[in-house]
Amino acid sequence: MSDTTDKPAAPARIDFETAPERYKHWRIAVDGPVAELILDVDENATLRPGYQLKLNSYDLGVDIELADAVQRLRFEHPGVKVVVLRSGKDRVFCAGANIRMLAGSSHAHKVNFCKFTNETRFAMEDASAGSGQRYLCAIQGTAAGGGYELALACDEIILADDGNSSVSLPELPLLAVLPGTGGLTRVTDKRKVRRDRADVLCTLEEGLKGKRAADWRVVDQVVPRSRMDAAVREAAARLAAQSDRPSDVEGIKLTPLKRASDGGTVTYSSLRVEIDRPARRATLVILGPEAAPPADAAAMQCEGAAFWPLRLSRELDDALLDLRTNERDLGTLVFKSAGDPARVLAYDAFLEANSAHWLAREILHQWKRVLKRIDLTSRSLVALVEPGSCFAGTLAEIVLACDRSFMLIGTEKGDNRAATTMALSPLNFGAYPMSNGLTRLATRFLGEPESVEAARAAIGSTLDAEACEEAGLVTIAYDTIDYADEVRIFLEERASFSADGLTGLEANLRFAGPETMETKVFGRLTAWQNWIFQRPNAIGPDGALKRYGSGVKADFDPERV
Amino acid sequence: MTTNAQGAVDYSTKIPNNVGLNDDQRVLKALEQWHPGYIDWWMTMGPEGFQTSDVYLRTAISIGPKGWAKFDYVKMPEYRWGILLAPQDESRMVNFGAHKGEKAWQEVPGEYRAMLRRLVVIQGDTEPASVEQQRHLGKTAPSLYDMRNLFQVNVEEGRHLWAMVYLLHKYFGRDGREEADGLLQRRSGDLDKPRMLGAFNESTPDWLSFFMFTFFTDRDGKMQLESLAQSGFDPLSRTCRFMLTEEAHHMFVGETGVGRTIERTCEAMKAAGIEDPYDINRVRALGVVDLPTLQKKANLHFSLSLDLFGSEVSTNAANFYNSGLKGRFNETRLDDDHLLTSATYPVLKFVDGAIRMVDEPALTAINMRLRDDYVKDCQGGVSRWNRIIEKAGIKFQLTLPSVAFNRAIGEFRNIHASPEGQLLSDGEWAARKDEWLPSKDDGAFIESLMKPCWDRGKYAGWISPPKVGIDSKPGDFEYVKIAVS
Repeated sequence: MSDTTDKPAAPARIDFETAPERYKHWRIAVDGPVAELILDVDENATLRPGYQLKLNSYDLGVDIELADAVQRLRFEHPGVKVVVLRSGKDRVFCAGANIRMLAGSSHAHKVNFCKFTNETRFAMEDASAGSGQRYLCAIQGTAAGGGYELALACDEIILADDGNSSVSLPELPLLAVLPGTGGLTRVTDKRKVRRDRADVLCTLEEGLKGKRAADWRVVDQVVPRSRMDAAVREAAARLAAQSDRPSDVEGIKLTPLKRASDGGTVTYSSLRVEIDRPARRATLVILGPEAAPPADAAAMQCEGAAFWPLRLSRELDDALLDLRTNERDLGTLVFKSAGDPARVLAYDAFLEANSAHWLAREILHQWKRVLKRIDLTSRSLVALVEPGSCFAGTLAEIVLACDRSFMLIGTEKGDNRAATTMALSPLNFGAYPMSNGLTRLATRFLGEPESVEAARAAIGSTLDAEACEEAGLVTIAYDTIDYADEVRIFLEERASFSADGLTGLEANLRFAGPETMETKVFGRLTAWQNWIFQRPNAIGPDGALKRYGSGVKADFDPERV
Repeated sequence: MTTNAQGAVDYSTKIPNNVGLNDDQRVLKALEQWHPGYIDWWMTMGPEGFQTSDVYLRTAISIGPKGWAKFDYVKMPEYRWGILLAPQDESRMVNFGAHKGEKAWQEVPGEYRAMLRRLVVIQGDTEPASVEQQRHLGKTAPSLYDMRNLFQVNVEEGRHLWAMVYLLHKYFGRDGREEADGLLQRRSGDLDKPRMLGAFNESTPDWLSFFMFTFFTDRDGKMQLESLAQSGFDPLSRTCRFMLTEEAHHMFVGETGVGRTIERTCEAMKAAGIEDPYDINRVRALGVVDLPTLQKKANLHFSLSLDLFGSEVSTNAANFYNSGLKGRFNETRLDDDHLLTSATYPVLKFVDGAIRMVDEPALTAINMRLRDDYVKDCQGGVSRWNRIIEKAGIKFQLTLPSVAFNRAIGEFRNIHASPEGQLLSDGEWAARKDEWLPSKDDGAFIESLMKPCWDRGKYAGWISPPKVGIDSKPGDFEYVKIAVS
């Protein structure tokens, strides 16, 4: 298909950083242990021209704010135990992703958009599962498509029983595509709706309301409108009582990131992104901690967003989103690091020792999410472990997340940096599961569990290149004679392969082991959806997505593939 | 007894009909099961206080020109609500949209089942709603004639509900039966179970509101029925065509009700020598409704009724049209391709801070088109009202406000505009809206006039008698024999 809409002359950079005072579509209202997260979309405040966000529908801009809100609720409001998600509009909850936006978007934008919105839905579930911040969805009005999927990401759904409020997944009958933010998976796997009933739901444009919605478990409760506030209060109180989040604790402010770009290099405080456009490659250089960890948790809280592990995780997250969305031609991401591995391990030990502290817990979960974001980035991921690097503990996870990793044995002549080493910490063995539910080490050594145990035995040891290769922590270790040339050849070869082929290959190889909702959404659903998004029945000139809104019915090719 | 092709109504079943219910036991059973719930609804939500009175009502006994209006006394709960469809024309076609030229459908096409059901349910929901809205009005009727007209409107809205329920039962299976039950469960203005459309959840507190409602809001009903009467789904078309004969009476009640109110006001002003229509206090002291207040009432009901047309540019409306389910007003008389896939239609929109015309694809502008036809239709009635004022020699003209005025749905929902269509700030609107919409004081004044007048041949002081009686009955005819309960 032609991708002309994809590459306008000077595409405006999409910025993933925002803050509540700049929100156009969401409001956060905190009242003790309960926060309301209110969706009230400004239909004219779109990310791109050409559509209006009617009926509380969303585009990437709306979802960037949601992701920010979900993040801030965890860090800035540790006392919030329940988040009540609701609409600020009267007769509509949310109409899902804006269809005209989708119809006018390139394939790549649609895919990136879906991935980000999916990551945000999982971030909501992670807040609940990981740090006891439960989500309660109060639906008054219609929740269609992505609107219902937003509700599905919550722990509980209360639907008003007023003859109008309904939940639906009308993508197939209306647009000939699939619900793209996990609706199918969450209906069957999370809410355990019977498959034939799910089939009814997903082919019924108007969806379900009232008693049947509750009987079929697509929502948890239906209550009369006049009881809505009371029912939400009661459910919020019940969920709050289950939460282990602290009361009467101040949060930390997620201050704006320090980011500077000269076009070729993007510089953050502890991360540098060097872009090599002719080679279609970005190198992310991670800078280790400048100082030892603070004395105690209180001191960590005082450092707030400047605390190195939190600061780096936010910078890395921002860089990944920026590269994914704004630098789509850079097919290979190379990770390097520079710093003192002992200090990195000291931070790991600090976080582990303080893991009962709300902030340390949040930071560990944050790293888990950022590392998952690396796993899910459809670029070739390469780690170069070189002298002076600090891929230890948490940062070693980045090496383990890569498709290939290269390690230099010893140092080049005249290089007075420390010899290349890696090290593991206890955090490599459980703190950062991948979306398949396993650690990166367990996934890597799926067929050789003894290697996981051997690695565990090496916790805290400084492992040189040969030891790392021996332990299977890197793909290969080269000595100074071969290293530079082998790496160059590898990168050049990689860049010569088909970008689509690589995306498919990497996504298949990265997630060995069991299926989870996450792997189903990011694997199965995404692959099918991305296929459908390419097919004429959806996006051809007579396809449903292109014809939507014109009143003219789509003309389908009946051939089953 | 079987269906009579001439349109006679089968009274051998509990439910009078010309659709051969006797031969359709499945639907007959469903309707008979629905019937007690309907009667229960009528007794609790129908006209309050007059259920045992004998009312001189029109009942349709056949759909032919002679048989559809038979008058007699009847107690409303015993009214023979029936299923009456205009006669089937075997050669009828789908006349617009992608299926244009196909034979009209006698069964619901599977792919349009959900869409059609929604259309039927939305139309059906308005019918009982207005009965609920008007249920307290009998008590303050300005005459037995008006009271009878109110009840006629009410029983016919009830029949229209039956018509829609028949379609739901006959063509939409279990979902249709559930929706039919839902029509009896929602209540106008109820917080928990409101009626589906906004204007049908507003109160009808007084007779002037009732007349305005039947003029403006029932006229929306007429336009909706007109466009559904074009439907390629033949049973819906036939149902709506017959309903339109009844709907015309509702509009007559509204137009003449307001007209007689105007007439009485003008007459009283002249008798008292008041020339200035804006001398509101003196006019009101005469016990009649001053013309500026009538204008405010018209402003309110017109703007609420415009909201019923939905968004000016609407994908749903486009889908309905292209699918052949809902056409335009007088579709078959329009001279174009009836496909509209390449035509445009001018739509008044709010663009870049200004109200202006924008050409939109005609298919998506179906709602706008129907609304334009509606506004024209309203203007006809307003002009006739103005002739009454003119004849009385009073310098005043009633006007329809701008379509941008007081809107809650569509292009202008987020802005404020004066009746002349001038944009206003929030502050200006708040400061001036009582000039244009009935205020609390206006409402209280109208309420003070709402004293019952139930003597034969007598009329409340704020309204003139009609020119002729119903069924050509003399002036003192006892249209309602009020039962003393």
